[in-house]
Amino acid sequence: MSYHNITSSLGFDSATVFENLKQGKRAIQLVDDASRFYKPFFGAVIPTETLNSAFQILEPNKDFTRLEKMLLLSLSKTIKASGIDLSDRVGLIISTTKGNIDVLNTQSQFPQERAYLSELGKIIQNYFGFKNEAIVISNACVSGILSIAIAKRYIQEGIYDQVFVVAGDLVSDFVISGFNSFHALSDAPSKPYDANRVGINLGEVAASVLVTSNKNNHSEDTVEILGEASCNDANHISGPSRTGEGLYRSIKSALAEANIDSHTIDYISAHGTATLFNDEMEAIAFNRLGLEHAPLNSLKGYFGHTLGASGLLETIIGMQSLHHNTLIASAGFETLGVTKPLNIIKETASKELRTFLKTASGFGGCNTVALFRTLT
Amino acid sequence: MEPTFHISSYCHIKNSSVLLDGEPLYSSPNQEFSAFIKSAAKHVKTNYPKFYKMDHLSKLAFLAADVLLKNADLSAETEHNIAIILSNRASSLDTDRTYQASIADPENFFPSPSVFVYTLPNICMGEISIKHQLHSENCFFIFDSFNADHLWINTQSLLKRKKAEKVLCGWVDFDDKNYEAFLYLVEENGIIAHSPNEIKRLYKT
Repeated sequence: MSYHNITSSLGFDSATVFENLKQGKRAIQLVDDASRFYKPFFGAVIPTETLNSAFQILEPNKDFTRLEKMLLLSLSKTIKASGIDLSDRVGLIISTTKGNIDVLNTQSQFPQERAYLSELGKIIQNYFGFKNEAIVISNACVSGILSIAIAKRYIQEGIYDQVFVVAGDLVSDFVISGFNSFHALSDAPSKPYDANRVGINLGEVAASVLVTSNKNNHSEDTVEILGEASCNDANHISGPSRTGEGLYRSIKSALAEANIDSHTIDYISAHGTATLFNDEMEAIAFNRLGLEHAPLNSLKGYFGHTLGASGLLETIIGMQSLHHNTLIASAGFETLGVTKPLNIIKETASKELRTFLKTASGFGGCNTVALFRTLT
Repeated sequence: MEPTFHISSYCHIKNSSVLLDGEPLYSSPNQEFSAFIKSAAKHVKTNYPKFYKMDHLSKLAFLAADVLLKNADLSAETEHNIAIILSNRASSLDTDRTYQASIADPENFFPSPSVFVYTLPNICMGEISIKHQLHSENCFFIFDSFNADHLWINTQSLLKRKKAEKVLCGWVDFDDKNYEAFLYLVEENGIIAHSPNEIKRLYKT
C-alpha cells in the first residue's frame, strides 16, 4: 500500500486529514441542508461549494455526479503522486456500496442509468484512460478493506503489477432513511464503545490508494500487506453474530497468512459503528483472540460511517499512524460500554508502531480484516 | 505439483427453467418471476420458510446455490469451507428502486427496514451462508456483462492459497423482470477443467 488520498469533510489530502485528527477535530455536526436531505441529522458531509471548487482543478468538460467528482478528485491526486503510467499492467478497483444512488431520485438531473455501478466504473476508467476494465466491488461495509485484499490477490496471481483502488459513498436520503428505519441513527456525535453510546452517524468520503509490487513506487509511509481474510458469520443478514464468529475467524486466518502472533499487533483500527450489537460483537471477538490489550480505536466518531469507503479511509489513517508513530484517540469514548475489556485509545499519543490490524463488518454477515506492517 | 481444479457442477436459472449440469430440473409455463421461483423452490424441495421473505435477487441466488449444494451431497457432520464469489450487472437495483419508491413521496414516506436490508447485493451471499452454515470468504463484483476471466482469477486465488476448499461462484442478475442465474462449483474433484473458456462455454449452454 503506497500513495494515497483522502477527500473528506476533514480535508482533501491525507496529511491534512491526519493533522486534523491529531488536533481532535471531528467533522460530525448537525447537517440541516434541505437542498440535499429530507431532514436534519448528525453526520459528516463535504460542503458542495468546497467540492465543486476543488473539482475545478480537473478542468471538467462535462457534468459529473457528486460521487463521481469525489472519486475522480481523490484518484487524480493518487495517480499524480505515484507518477505511474497507466499501462495494461495497471488495474482499477472501485469500492462502493450504493454508488450514484441519488440519481434514482426523480429530482436528479442525471439519467437513472447512472445508478448502474458498471457505468460508474466506465466513467472512472475512461476519465483516466485505464487500459483494463474497472472491477467494481460492492460488499456492504467491508467493501473498502475487501478491495485492498482483492487488489493484493490480483498482484499475487500476476494479473497486474499495480492496482489503484478508489472507494466512495455518499450520504443520501436513501441511506439516511434506511438506517433511520432501523432506529440506528444517532442524534449527536457518535460514541463508539462508550457506555452512553447513541448510535451511528453517517458520513461521506472518497479515498484512494496505490497497491503495488514495485519497490520503486513506494511512498514514504508505504506498508506491506502481511495478510488478509474474510469470513461470513452465517448467522443473520442484518445483525452481527453474538459470538463474533466471522470476525474471530477472519483475524485468525489473516494472522496465519501473515505468519505472525497476535501479540505483535501494535494497534487495531476497528469498525466501531457505535451500535451496541456491533461494538459488543467486536469486543467478544478481540477477547477470544487475546487482543484486549492492543490499543484500539474507531474513527467513526470523526468521519461518521462512510460505508464502502470506511475500510480504505481507516486503513490510510492507520498507515499515517504508523508513519508518524501516533495513536489517534477514539473520538467520543469515555467509559467502556461493552462487557469485555478493550484498550480503547483515550488520548492521542506518540508510540512506536510497526504493525496494525484493520477490521470491518457489515450487513449480510460479512467480516474482512487485513494486517499491515511498516517497511522501515 | 500444484493441484488442478475442476467445475464439479453448474446450475442455470433462466427463462422460467432450472437446469442442473445442463439438464432441466424444472420448467414452468409461467413467465412471471415470483410465481415461477416459488413453484421452482417447491419442485426442487427447497423447504426453507425464510426463502419467501427474500427479495428477488436473493431468491434467485439462493435457489441456484441450494440446487448445487444439495447435489454436492455434503456431509452434515463436518464444516465445509466453501467460498462464495458472485457477480452481476444490476447490483441490488431491483430492490433499490422499490425502496426509493417508498421514500419518494414525503406525504407517503414509509421506509421499511426489511426492504432496506436487501439494498445490498451481498445480502444474497449472507442468505446462502446462513442456510448452508458456510463460514467462508465472500466477495460480490459488478461487471457490465458476464465476466469469466475475473471469476476465474478470484476463484483460482482462493483455492491455490487454500483460503477455501471449494468455491461457489457465478452470475446472478435481476433487473426489471429480467433475470438470470448461472452458478457453478469449483473444487479439486470433477471432470470439466476450471478455465475461462470452459466457464464461458457452460455459461452459454
